[in-house]
Amino acid sequence: MSDIITKEQIRQPENLVYSKTKLLTDKALSYCPGCGHGTAHRIVMEVIEELSAQSETIGIAPVGCSVLAYEFMNIDMQQAAHGRAPALATAVKRLMPEKYVFTYQGDGDLAAIGTAETIHACNRGENITIIFINNGIYGMTGGQMAPTTLPNMKASTCPYGRDVATMGNPLKITELIAQLPGVHYVTRQAVHTPGNVRKTKKAVRKAFDLQKENKGLTFVEIVSNCNSGWKMTPVQSNKWMEENMFPFYPLGDIKVDGQLIK
Amino acid sequence: MAKVKGDIVVDIEKCKGCEVCITACPSDVIAMSKNVNGKGYHYAESVNEDCIGCANCAIVCPDGVITVYKVKL
Repeated sequence: MSDIITKEQIRQPENLVYSKTKLLTDKALSYCPGCGHGTAHRIVMEVIEELSAQSETIGIAPVGCSVLAYEFMNIDMQQAAHGRAPALATAVKRLMPEKYVFTYQGDGDLAAIGTAETIHACNRGENITIIFINNGIYGMTGGQMAPTTLPNMKASTCPYGRDVATMGNPLKITELIAQLPGVHYVTRQAVHTPGNVRKTKKAVRKAFDLQKENKGLTFVEIVSNCNSGWKMTPVQSNKWMEENMFPFYPLGDIKVDGQLIK
Repeated sequence: MAKVKGDIVVDIEKCKGCEVCITACPSDVIAMSKNVNGKGYHYAESVNEDCIGCANCAIVCPDGVITVYKVKL
């Protein structure tokens, strides 16, 4: 009966398949249960681990839920004023062009108060990577309407749903910046299923590799859930995201090698 | 046919009980415990011997609390 094996025999270091990367600190993440931020943090850190670039990478934390990213990412980090992460990343990259520099921003940070900095950094074609987490809501401040909130989607400042006649249309900032000549690679991914996580990791890896080749700005949008802001359970919010967010924010590459897809 | 046997170890105190791992598991190995951790969350635990060590649960876990082991028999 050689196929009877105890759990203790399986749990040996030589049988290890997957464990949390050492580039994330042991601090418990401050995010709500089921939030995509944790997965996105881990993917970025796993890519940096693959590149053996822990001491060669400088991250820029935003304002928002992920303001404490520097507590969890075990690399050199700066924290920018609200929306100004691309401007700070520009300075860091120009002073230290041999380092990998990335910003990690949410939709309130990147697409609302930081629109000017985002668009101009993209237009200048800075050699940085922008990781953009889009959950269609201001999560940290209590679920207010963001520029990326979907039409008729409820938020605490539009409790009857976003009325586009009075509140404007959702901003597809990713498609907007893809038009700019300084941007080399633009993609939109998600992190709610194992398959999507693997695709997102490949996209982040590609973005960092292109940055090393000084190709221009690389931009990875991650459509994520905000179960607290959307008032759902994590599993329900992932389902809602598939049914409502993905038709409006379709996944896939938008710009590859400086050429728009479609 | 080579048989694969896996196992998961959950960092109970860091698990927030979001249940995302349950939908990701192809073998229905994971369920939420009846007990709670120090923060009051029902944590994920392995409830049967069907784990194949695919690591899907660990990959989607937002808090990275799952460690996966696998052996080929």
